[in-house]
Amino acid sequence: MNEKTVKKEKSWFGRLVENFGLPRLIITLFLVLLLILAPIVGADLPTQITNIIARFSWNGVLVLAMVPMVHSGCGLNFGLPLGIISGLLGATLSIEFGFTGALSFVMAILIATPFALVFGSGYGWLLNKIKGGEMMIATYVGFSSVSLMCMMWLILPYKSPNMVWGMAGKGLRTTISLEGYYDKVLANFLKIKIGNFEIPTGTILFFALLALAMWAFLHTKTGTAMTAVGSNPTFARAAGINVDRIRLLSVVMSTWLAAVGILVYEQGFGFVQLYMAPFYMALPAVSAILIGGASVNKASIVNVVVGTILFQGIVTMTPTVMNNMIHMDMSEIIRIIASNGMILYALTRKTEGSK
Amino acid sequence: MNNQQNTPLLEMRNISKDFFGNQVLSDINLTLNEGEVIGLVGENGAGKSTLMRILFGANMIRETGGYGGDVLLNGEKVNFSSPFDAIEAGIGMVHQEFSLIPGFTTTENILLNREPVRKNLIAEIFGDRMNTLKRSEMDERAANAIELMGVNVDRKMVISDMPVGHKQFTEIARELSKEQLKLLILDEPTAVLTEKEAEALLAAIKGMAQRGIAIVFITHRLQEILSVCDRVIVMRDGYVVSEKNASDTSVDEITKAMVGREVAKTDSAEGKNRSFDQAKTILSISHLWVDMPGETVRDVSLDVKEGEILGIGGLAGQGKLGIPNGVMGLYQAGGKVTFEGKDIPLNSPRRCLDSSFAFVSEDRRGVGLLLDETLEWNIAFPAMQIQNKFLKNYLGGLVKWRDEAAIKEVTDRYIDELAIKCTSSKQKARELSGGNQQKVCLAKAFALNPRLLFVSEPTRGIDVGAKALVLDALKKFNRENGVTVVIVSSELEELRQSCDRIAIVSGGKIAGILPAASSVEELGALMLSQVI
Amino acid sequence: MKKKKFDFRAALRRSSVPLMFIIICAICIPLSGLSANMLANEIVTRMGRNAFLILSLLIPIMAGMGLNFGMTLGAMAGQIGLILASDWQIVGVPGMVLAMILSIPISVLLGLFCGKILNMAKGREMITSYIMSFFINGVYQLVVLYMMGSVIPIKHTSIKLPRGYGIRNTVSLLNMRQKLDNLIPFSVKLPFFGEIRIPLMTFIIIALMCLVIVWFRRTKLGQDMRAVGQDMEVARDAGINVERTRIVAIVISTVLAGFGMIIYLQNMGNIATYSSHSQIGMFCIAALLVGGASVDKASIGNVFLGVILFHLMFIVAPRAGAAITGDSMIGEYFRVFVSYAVITVALVMYETNKRRAKSAEGKKLAEAQKGEG
Repeated sequence: MNEKTVKKEKSWFGRLVENFGLPRLIITLFLVLLLILAPIVGADLPTQITNIIARFSWNGVLVLAMVPMVHSGCGLNFGLPLGIISGLLGATLSIEFGFTGALSFVMAILIATPFALVFGSGYGWLLNKIKGGEMMIATYVGFSSVSLMCMMWLILPYKSPNMVWGMAGKGLRTTISLEGYYDKVLANFLKIKIGNFEIPTGTILFFALLALAMWAFLHTKTGTAMTAVGSNPTFARAAGINVDRIRLLSVVMSTWLAAVGILVYEQGFGFVQLYMAPFYMALPAVSAILIGGASVNKASIVNVVVGTILFQGIVTMTPTVMNNMIHMDMSEIIRIIASNGMILYALTRKTEGSK
Repeated sequence: MNNQQNTPLLEMRNISKDFFGNQVLSDINLTLNEGEVIGLVGENGAGKSTLMRILFGANMIRETGGYGGDVLLNGEKVNFSSPFDAIEAGIGMVHQEFSLIPGFTTTENILLNREPVRKNLIAEIFGDRMNTLKRSEMDERAANAIELMGVNVDRKMVISDMPVGHKQFTEIARELSKEQLKLLILDEPTAVLTEKEAEALLAAIKGMAQRGIAIVFITHRLQEILSVCDRVIVMRDGYVVSEKNASDTSVDEITKAMVGREVAKTDSAEGKNRSFDQAKTILSISHLWVDMPGETVRDVSLDVKEGEILGIGGLAGQGKLGIPNGVMGLYQAGGKVTFEGKDIPLNSPRRCLDSSFAFVSEDRRGVGLLLDETLEWNIAFPAMQIQNKFLKNYLGGLVKWRDEAAIKEVTDRYIDELAIKCTSSKQKARELSGGNQQKVCLAKAFALNPRLLFVSEPTRGIDVGAKALVLDALKKFNRENGVTVVIVSSELEELRQSCDRIAIVSGGKIAGILPAASSVEELGALMLSQVI
Repeated sequence: MKKKKFDFRAALRRSSVPLMFIIICAICIPLSGLSANMLANEIVTRMGRNAFLILSLLIPIMAGMGLNFGMTLGAMAGQIGLILASDWQIVGVPGMVLAMILSIPISVLLGLFCGKILNMAKGREMITSYIMSFFINGVYQLVVLYMMGSVIPIKHTSIKLPRGYGIRNTVSLLNMRQKLDNLIPFSVKLPFFGEIRIPLMTFIIIALMCLVIVWFRRTKLGQDMRAVGQDMEVARDAGINVERTRIVAIVISTVLAGFGMIIYLQNMGNIATYSSHSQIGMFCIAALLVGGASVDKASIGNVFLGVILFHLMFIVAPRAGAAITGDSMIGEYFRVFVSYAVITVALVMYETNKRRAKSAEGKKLAEAQKGEG
């Protein structure tokens, strides 16, 4: 956009590549290709689309959690696992206290909130001390906290027989079924089902609610300040903004959204996954928002929605289409290359204002 | 002098240079003989640096369209395509900013990328960079260069542990270590030195000249120029205005030549008879220090009267820019600031803005603007954050929603008032020209309705038409709204035209405060009085 | 460096990580109940196994590019070399040498690519090289899982997946197992530790590598790298080709990591095709940091101290954990946690040190004024 004045005549394709980014274009075209190929190779399109929508609804909130920190200039939140851990604490404690059904979901969110606030504040405080090196340290804060919690899951005195190892009677299992708790509580709310085609209306509404709240927040005074801090921290400081406080707020928001995000994910997936499971959960969320058109210091709700659909579309479509076509499941590899390639692309862009 | 007299070492003929139509050098002629020391003086922006860049083959000269005229070295025309060519031809330059590797020793820095190497077999295969360094020879060559300079510097000391002066000497020694060196350009080398070190350097300059090296010495310390130079060249507004033998001139004469302008221009300033002696003091600064790199403020005490326009002038690097930046809390500062009888805590921009100060920064792109956001955001943002303007309150004030309509309205008003050229109020600030960006910065400050406005370098880097508009807008704002304005600027003429009083900063201190009607010579003398 | 007053607090801060590890080990060793002989043998083995890999990290640090998380790239190249060498049935030390030769072109290519990308992401080299390791891992899997056996000929079914292409999860290196370590059988008897077996040849190679690094520091290229690492702009003004120097640093590191991985795997005796490389970067970096290195400064001494302390902790933690809590998993998780925590602490210290230097200036000014007034 800013090159407008110097730009010479370029083909429409050249402009498209420039505005949209080549990797993003490839990924979009790839998904379109998959959608076209799916019926040809004999995959059931409604089932495929149902899958994409379902996975979108599980992951949407986790991707949304990226937005506040990108806005405040803290970069991509590679420390997402910290928020996820808050969510897991909420989930396990809610079950431990004996809540069931929809109530267990509400309680999980309520219990996760104080953890997210405390962890998020500490994390935000740390990130304010190391401005400029956020992303690398965020990654390792995430890793450290996950591995610390691995010990905690074993040590903490959980008692609920549905969660602890049967034999030892203590220590949480790696996977905990949510049946009887909040399995699909959102998804089944107002669910639409036509043949093979399903829409988990409740989950999507829940995501929409949070996305709307985020959109609204960005239109308030504080939200405006957050965007300004990310756009040019010196400008914001000269305008009397307490930059550190705004950044801290963004980190806390991101951490809380990650906590809620993992709970939403679990209710769709049907299981709580503990121990090393949260380890690499930041990367799909990071690449999803980047695929959606965000950069290291700019992101919008549209980026979240588009990115999650594209990313989850590829994750769900490639295995079936590939399998049906060449009897080779290369989906995992395509996912790794596409998502990390996207992150690399974003990191090598020259973005002003952020280091 | 010997038979070289006929063909001087360096000759610059009819040099001219413009940056996109803005003429910065016109018809410069300069000759320099072997072993001669010339002093080059002039205000900031007089064209000294540009001239030296042309001589040194700097990339930015070529990137901006080259230069006019000829440079002759030993009677042969040269046209350097990079600084490395210039170095090859025997020209050395010591820049104002140090170009040293902090963790290297003096020796390593002196011979940086010119280290003598011992050949080995591996280098035959993998290239010359696999040769090992000859430490002993490096030491020897560094010692020679240091001896040539005549100032003793510890060869084994690491740069980061050194006093500033020794870093400067290391830089000079590096140039001297180049065997082909014939001409050395020193750009304000004494600015960072203590008195003793400066003396040592002057002695070194004399010594180097005796060995046949020609030296171009750029400085603001006129006394030094007179003591070491053979000739003094004064530049102003891109012209050489005087060229004299050092023995035939004086500090007064040089000062006059530096700042003097046609008499007709100086009296045209309006509002000369406004007097604020009786007005109350609105802002009082005492013993302010500011740690702003390159613009250090050491000890400034200053009173600003209500309703006046106060100018703060001075040479670059003397600390005038540090004053507003320090008071507004953008750089670490200490001292005492009182506004309307109340103490203002330092290092807190918010408290200043709450007390109705506003600041237009000299660093438009870095501090002044949100380049990637719309004009609306740029103009409305501080007023929104500080004074809760342009907000709609919902839920009893719990939710403060951005009022886009009000923001658009105020932006359109300022676009109109200040004649900001843009496609719409939604245009990104990055896409505007420098002058229009400056107007946006002013609009941003005006929207705060301040009681006191600091404006730093309001006309830097903008064209003549926009300059007048900006200054007029400031004057109008002062006259119509009764707002006290403090303008910090390097352009003395501009201050004389717009201000009621002018304070001159020199060496991080206030050298004096004069009425704006004072002569340029008086102000110029103050500017140079305490230069460090 | 010299004539500087010894700053006790700064020295303490610098060595806080090794000190912490000494304390952890001092507590855990008695709890673990392992004999001195066994511990000494384990440490010596692990020293031979890991030291070369960790040495490969030194050069990018020298060039100011931080901890090279992209050393995984070299590890992958080494594994490809080993897979091919073992498919061609070249055994023992010749097989290793062949694997090393095969790994060189792959390492160089990957290093060039990585260096180019890192030059586009100056100032965030570490996160970029970290993501790079994931990205190349995808490519590696594509090659090993799909192209080997279909595009690249693989003869032996023992390493091929039953479906006809792709490499099995584990490739046995029985023919190469500890062939280098035991090339010159050697053991020493010490009074307290008993008999310790020493992989002499591996140690000789590591010692040679150390000499090469010492020598490298004295070359023109080494000097240029140090210059580029400290100030890219100054180096560029002096005529050093900054971009090229940085790429060379990464290429060297990648090649060395490839060799290191081959030495590592010959000691282990098998390749976990899809996971051996993935954690190696993290463990090597953690070990180096435990040895007292920082993001911008690391020495050969740090490497060896790091290997000893880090692996001592690694060996004793599970048993000590089991002794305290009765659950061996606690110790497993503890050592993983400590590895990550060490890297986190080192990164945080590096960033905060950068900022500490800034605020010192202001104090000086305030004092100067007091002195005058």
